[in-house]
Parts: sequence; structure tokens; C-alpha cells
Amino acid sequence: MNEWNWAGDGTVMLVGLLSACACALPGNYLVLRKMSLMGDAISHAVLPGLAVAFLVSHSREAVPMFIGAVAAGGLTALLTQAVHRFGKVEEGAAMGVIFSILFAAGLILIRQATDHVDLDPGCVLYGNIENIALVARIGETPAAVINLAIVFVLNVLFVALFYKELKICAFDPALATTLGINANVMHYALMIIVAVTTVASFEAVGSILVIAMLIVPPVTAHLLTDRLWVMIPLSLLIAAATAVLGRVLVVFGPVWAGVEVSANTAALMAVLAGLFLFVALFFAPEHGLISRSYHRLALSLQIIREDILGLLYRWQELDVRRTRPAHRDDVLTAVGNTLISRWALRSLLRRRQVQIEPPTKPGDEPQFRLSEKGLSAASRLVRAHRLWEAYLEKHFNLPLDHLHMPAERVEHYITPQMRDDLEADLVEPSRDPHGREIPEEDRP
Amino acid sequence: MANGSITDNTLEWPSWTEITDALTLSDYNTMIVVLGTTLLGIAAGVVGTFAYLRKRAMVGDALSHATLPGIAIMFMLVGDKHLPALLFGAAVTGILGVLSVIGLRSFSRIKEDAAIGIVLSVFFGAGMVLVSLVQQMNTGSPSGLDRFIYGKAAGMIKQDAMFIGITATIVLLGVILFFKELRIICFDQQFAAAQGWPVVLIDLVMMGLVVLTTVVGLQAVGLILVVALLIIPAAAARFWTDELRGMTIIAGMLGALSGYFGSTFSALLPRLPTGAVIVLCAGFFFFLSMFFAPRRGIFANLIRRYSLSRKIAHQNLLRSLAEIEERFGEGIRAPFDTLLAYRSWSVTELRRLLKLASRRHEVTVDTDYKSGLTRSGRTEAVRILRNHRLWEMYLIKHAAIAPSHVDRDADQIEHILSPEIVDELERALAHERQIPPSPHLQEPAV
Repeated sequence: MNEWNWAGDGTVMLVGLLSACACALPGNYLVLRKMSLMGDAISHAVLPGLAVAFLVSHSREAVPMFIGAVAAGGLTALLTQAVHRFGKVEEGAAMGVIFSILFAAGLILIRQATDHVDLDPGCVLYGNIENIALVARIGETPAAVINLAIVFVLNVLFVALFYKELKICAFDPALATTLGINANVMHYALMIIVAVTTVASFEAVGSILVIAMLIVPPVTAHLLTDRLWVMIPLSLLIAAATAVLGRVLVVFGPVWAGVEVSANTAALMAVLAGLFLFVALFFAPEHGLISRSYHRLALSLQIIREDILGLLYRWQELDVRRTRPAHRDDVLTAVGNTLISRWALRSLLRRRQVQIEPPTKPGDEPQFRLSEKGLSAASRLVRAHRLWEAYLEKHFNLPLDHLHMPAERVEHYITPQMRDDLEADLVEPSRDPHGREIPEEDRP
Repeated sequence: MANGSITDNTLEWPSWTEITDALTLSDYNTMIVVLGTTLLGIAAGVVGTFAYLRKRAMVGDALSHATLPGIAIMFMLVGDKHLPALLFGAAVTGILGVLSVIGLRSFSRIKEDAAIGIVLSVFFGAGMVLVSLVQQMNTGSPSGLDRFIYGKAAGMIKQDAMFIGITATIVLLGVILFFKELRIICFDQQFAAAQGWPVVLIDLVMMGLVVLTTVVGLQAVGLILVVALLIIPAAAARFWTDELRGMTIIAGMLGALSGYFGSTFSALLPRLPTGAVIVLCAGFFFFLSMFFAPRRGIFANLIRRYSLSRKIAHQNLLRSLAEIEERFGEGIRAPFDTLLAYRSWSVTELRRLLKLASRRHEVTVDTDYKSGLTRSGRTEAVRILRNHRLWEMYLIKHAAIAPSHVDRDADQIEHILSPEIVDELERALAHERQIPPSPHLQEPAV
């Protein structure tokens, strides 16, 4: 097996590719509408639809199967809504109730038919992608390829034609209704598309792994972008990558690892999709954990830096003759002696906003003072702080001892424009409510 | 079915003695299976109640699917024989799955529903990869793994039933011991945290109980359907009561009944997978409860709504007659057409209402459908009319609503004003013991 065979492996790859992409298209909307579990529910609940379609038509032809799937998918959505609305059962639980009952019914029906069908539960659950390879190797085009191709085109058309409607229904169903788009119709249309896609993908990936194909690539794409028109192609790209890489790994993995066994392609695709998600989770440019913690760190670093500047400013203001020492320990104790505040102090020194003065007496520690540059930055900050206190006092009638805390929080976010506006608003913009001087705007 | 033909889909119905034998647990093997699934039903129902109320029901689905890789890994290491080891592996990856759901939900922009879907499918995929490797590696048959996916209660032996029994006991003890704590985080987590309860710890205990139940339920009903045992009895029990203790007990009972009947049916009829039948039984109880529960059931709701709308229609009729009397003098026989013009009711509707009212001896109806109030009818009609007017006056005086706009509001509320509120209205308006005049008559006629 450990050799690439275009007829076999290529076909399997194509099947994986088509099914992953067909799933990812409606999956985007499931994720955005916070209905991912509906994909889970429908993929389980189409089972009785398939079983009934089989028992009625006695064949595994595509058309009755799809009819059964559409019926079962619609039924799941309807019953879930009914139990949720009339039984006042929470939506997630209503879904769980309905899909597990339907799945159980489907399982029983399939067992009843199991003597004379190759529709065994195992195939429904795990898919049968390796068999497709065998069929393809003898030169036939497997039915799965054709079905999936049709469904994929159908989904592309659905998303392209109703792009605007789907988008607006996903983000604001109420607005959609006022614009004359029937959000309910879109909801059920989406459910039916999911059901059809699920059935088409059954043979390739099975009913549980299809959930991975529906949800994981769109979620990964959603971590990477905020734009729907980027998210959809991106999810397709990720889906395609899982399919291609999945098959390549199945074929060449054993060679590279030097073992005799290889994994199930569909399952490996699910795991790969999970891996991509994991990578995106950490490294996504904006929503990734690393970038988010970097931004949070940068912000807290900036806030502590500004706090130190304000602190030194106030100390120097109180103590014109410099009798009060500002040792390293004093400064760090005042802002909280953490790793990040030591870091902030170092960065202030590096920026030459704070300078070290040699000790006044021998044996004493060196002192920290604001440089010329630091003084102007600090005066802007203190100005923002005191203007805000004055503003709060004027308009909100807060007691004097309640002014400092809100100003301490807000001071870091007040722009020069806001400082000018605050000044214009105040009657006496030179003194804050505590009687301290509000520094003049230091215009660079 | 050895002798069945290929197209034979019929079931072989068991004889009566077979049914009674199964229901009374006289067959040893059946008894083991029935006992095991019944105990499992109790545990799942009880634990499920808390998961359901905490809206964690679907997390159970992620949990049960996430057990597969653990089972497969342990299978690789120790083989098929050692059940506790397999279940231990299941519990480890199951817990890992739950933690992943929580982590994804709290530390990224991924929503809970997507997190559940991701964990469920990716863990299951990982499990499948391992299973497919096992299938090629092991000389022994890995079909033993199938029983964890679909459940195979029929293959249960005494040790398994005992295992489930012990777990059920532990779970029940846990719930009894931590009942107060579990209750408080189900209903008001913030309050619990503010009161100093270790909310995270209690949450962990709850999830631990769920994990325990799920893992022992795996081989009975399978990992796909075990979540049904957690959700369905709890959701069904919710219809019967508003009280947690009662709900827990009812859910446990419904779980037990589902387990009991499900496993007996599947023992009686050929080719019925036990897990699926148990779930269908639970589903049957769910729909039974949803439709027929006395207070929260759909039929009870419909009946309540119907009787309320009947009462409102009756009171509207009385008020219309009272307004006619007010205009034309007491004791007047109101012609049908005059009455018909008073409200937007249809001819048949009004006839029906008159018939019902005359049956209650509050209205007398002549053969030509002229009608008038009886003495008792008048008392009631005057009361409703007063309610209506008082509310109108109140709205005009205290809510500054235009007289032309108050009729509708008063029309809705007149039926449900309690005597205490009427007293208060009278006091507020200084209109004691008389009917205030209609505010609409003071307007110039249109």
C-alpha cells in the first residue's frame, strides 16, 4: 500500500476533499449562528431517515437516501424547536433528547434490516473511505465521488446565491425579518443543506467525523479572521488541507514511521483538523492566545510605566527640595513589586524618561528622578488624572474621597483632544478638587 | 434468524411465559442485564438532573465521545480482558475532553456549542485512528471495542452488574452528601460564590459524578447514546415538578424504568440493541411527560389556556350586557344585534356564549336571542364593569394616558384584578362602592 496510486489514493483524496469542503460551507453558518450542535444532532438523526428509505425502497440508490435524509433532518430541526418551545426545554437539551431518540430508532431499524443489507451501523458511523480506494483501483468511479461532487456544487450555489441572506440571518435574524427575509425559511434551508451534506459524506467520513468536518475548519477560520468573505474561503482551504494531508499521511506515514499499520483516513482528517485548530488557537494573529496575551502584557506594561511616571511626578511635586528619597525599593513597593513592574522600571530607564541620580550621602542608595522627557510625559498623565477628577466632581457630585480611583483607571486612556475638552468644560481648570495644581498641557 | 428468508423483516413475538419470565427476572442472565441497566438508569437519572439544570447536558455528549481514545489506548496496552483498566482510560480522556471544552470556551473566542462539537468529533477521530491501528496490529479481535460504541448490555456478566451497582451507590451517596452544594450551583452560582462556597470544587464534584456514570454506562448503552440517559429522564422529570428533590427522585425512577423495560424488551425480541431500546423507552417516558404532566405538560397548558379564554369571553359578555343596562335602564332585554355590535365577536361565538351563560343562570336568553342579566349575573357584571372603569380612571389619572387609549388596556386587565388591587384602586381614585362613569361618554360624539 505504501506507494501513491493516483487511481486509488487520488480518488480517496478527492472524496475527502469534496466531503470536507462540502461540509465546511454550511458549517460556517452553523458556527456563526452558534448552532454547531445542530450539525451534531442532524448527523446522528439522519440515521432513521436512511434506514426507512432503505426499508421502503430496498436499495441503496442515492435518491431515496437523500429524500430520507432531508426528511429526517427537517424533522430533527422541527421536533427540537417544538420540544424547546412547547415543552419549555432548554434548546441544547431539547436537541439532545430528539437526536438521541432518533439515533436509537435508526439503530434499531438498521439492525432489523441488517441481514440483507450492506448498510451496517459501522459503515454509517465510521464511513468506508478505504473501500472507495478499492473500488477506484479497479477503474470504476465510485458513487461517492459523484454524489459528493453534486452536493458540493449545490452547497457552493446555495452559499453564493443566498450569501447576503445567510449572512444577515446569521448575525441579526431580527433585522433580516424587518428587511423582508424570512429567517425561518433560511434556518430550515440551512438545516436541510446540512442533512444532505451529512448523508453525502457518510460513506466517506461517517456520522461522527462529519461533525469535525462541519465545525472544525470553520472555527479555525473564524479564529483567523473577522470577515465572512475571508472566513468561508479560508475554511475551504483548511478543509482541503486536512483531506490532502490526511491521505498523504495514511499512505506515506507508515513508511516514514517505519511501521506496518496505517490509520483510517477519515479519522486522521478529523485529528488533523483538530491539530490545525490547535495551532490557530495559539498563533492566530489577532484572536490567538499568544497574540492576546502579548497585547495584554503590553498594555499592563504601559499602564505600570505610566503609574511610575505619575508616582515620581507627585513625589517630586510634594518635595521640591528633594529631601524625600525615591529609592528603587520605594518605587517598586508603591506600584506593587512584581516582575512586570521591575520590567516597566527598566524600560523607563532605557527610554531615558527616568534617570538615576547618584546618592546624596555616601552609603546611601541611588535615587530615581524624572528626566526632562519623563517630566513632560508625567505631566500629561497627571494632568489627565486631575482634569478627570475635577470633571467628576463638577458633574457627578461625588465625595472627595471617591474621585481618585476612577481617575486612576481612566487616566491612561485620555487623549490630548479629551484633555482640551475637559479643560474647556471646567470653570477653574488650574486646580483639582483636592486643591492640587493641574499642570499645563505640555505640547510637544 | 437462521431460518428467515432474505426479505423477512418481521419480528418473532415472544410467548406470554417468556414475557413474564423476563419481567420477573427469572432467567439468570436476563436478571443480570436488567439489574445492571436499571441501576445505571437510576444513577444517570439522578446525576443527569444536575447536569440538565446546570445546562451541561450536551457537555456529557462531548465527554462520552472523548472516552474512545482512552479505551483504545488501554486496549493497546492491556488488551480486551481487563475492563477496569479500559474504563480508567475512558475516564482519563473523558475528563480531558471536558477540560478541553471548558478551556476552549473560557480562553478563546470559541463558543460553548462549537467547543462541544470540536471536542466530540476530534477526540472521537483520535479514538478512531487508534482503533484502526489496533485492528491492524493486534492478533486478537478488536470487536470488543464495538461494545463501547454501541453498548452491549446483553453480554453483561455478574461482575459488570456489580460494578455498575457499586458505581450507582457511590453516585447516589455523592448526590445525597452534596445535595445542598449541588443545588446551590444549579440555581445561583454567583450567589453561591458570594456566600463563600467553593464553586469550582463543587462543579468538579458534579462533573466527576457525571464522568463516573458515563464511563460505567458505556458498555451498557454505548458512547453515542449514554448522553441520552443523562438528559432524557431529567428533562422528563422537569415536567412533573418544580422542586429539586422531587425532580431528582422522579428522574432516577424514570431512568430505572427505562433501563428495566428497555433491557427486558431487548432480551425478548431478537436483534434489538439494548442501548437503543433503553433510549427509546426513555423517549417514550419523555413524550408521555411532555404531553400529560399535570402542571407543566402541554395538555395541562392547553386546558388552562382554554378555560382562561372561556372565562374572559364570558366576562366580556357580562360587561357588555351591563353597559347596555347602564345606557337603557336596568332590566332591558338586549336585542341580539345590539349585543353583537358591542364587541368583535361572530354570530356563532355570541350564541354559544349566551347559551353557556344561561346555563350558569347569569343571563336569560329569549327565543329570538334577546338577552338580559339575572340578579346573580348582574352582580358579577357590575363587578367586572367596575374593574374596567376603575382601571381606566386609574390610567387616565395616574399614567396620563388619553381617554381614547385606555379601553384596550383595561379590557385586558379587568379579568385578573384581585379584590386587594380593586380596593387600592378605589382608595386611589376615591370612588367607593359605585361605578365610575365611562370616560368615553365625556368625549364629544364622533
